[in-house]
Amino acid sequence: MKELVEILAKALVDKPEAVEVKLTEKEKSIVIELRVAAEDVGKVIGKHGRIARAIRQVVKAAAAHSRKKIVVEIL
Amino acid sequence: MKEVVKSGKSVEEAVKLALADLGAAVSDVSVEVLSEPAKGLFGILGAKPAVVKVTVKDSLGERAGVLVKKIITSMGLDGNVVVHENERRIEIEINGDRMGALIGRRGETLNALQYLVGLAVNRSEGERKRVQIDVGGYRKKRDETLRELAMKLADKAKQRGRSVALEPMNPHERRVIHMALKSRNDIYTFSEGEEPFRKIVISPRK
Repeated sequence: MKELVEILAKALVDKPEAVEVKLTEKEKSIVIELRVAAEDVGKVIGKHGRIARAIRQVVKAAAAHSRKKIVVEIL
Repeated sequence: MKEVVKSGKSVEEAVKLALADLGAAVSDVSVEVLSEPAKGLFGILGAKPAVVKVTVKDSLGERAGVLVKKIITSMGLDGNVVVHENERRIEIEINGDRMGALIGRRGETLNALQYLVGLAVNRSEGERKRVQIDVGGYRKKRDETLRELAMKLADKAKQRGRSVALEPMNPHERRVIHMALKSRNDIYTFSEGEEPFRKIVISPRK
């Protein structure tokens, strides 16, 4: 799951080396925190959050069988 | 990545030899000059040939295919990825087991994946290509279903003498319906509302 967010983010940004992904597993949810270079933030969020929404959609599909709620936060 | 190192009397000649070896066109490669040619004394003593490294650039389609493969693998899925590419479009076909997860409700996940891969592939350079991803023939089937639905609702609009509004659809799906009903002269179609809730209305012609 962590790897998936990393692959997606690195494919979208100009500075893939600055991409950082942290996964925290909680009782009922998994929180994935995504950090990118300041100038790349727009590239993972998009107009009206369209890119962020697409990333969350794909991650949600990957986590479908895990029964835990999955949250992707962009910091 | 395919690359060769060639030498020749001039840079041009070395590049030409390399291209012949790779079977590639100048526009598909990047050239790095490793050493410039030197004439030397009487053209013999101390003469140095030009040496170049010529690398074949990955096409947008190849990059898209590699990315899709990486994404589905990291999703825990195992699928076969086939890429068709022409000057304007990249079409990617994914086939395998348990691919329903990749499609999602009404293709939501597939559309998200297609959007992201399109962005990633068209990120840099001037060259842009439309990316379409299909899983197990889903899009073809969906288009067929949409056409059937369009015909049914057109009949309904005509029978009732009233407009029929469809549920919100994306631009591609709306296009399929407009095209399907274009040839009918008993009804006409138009879209209303704002993205992403834009929808088609079928109205009877008087």
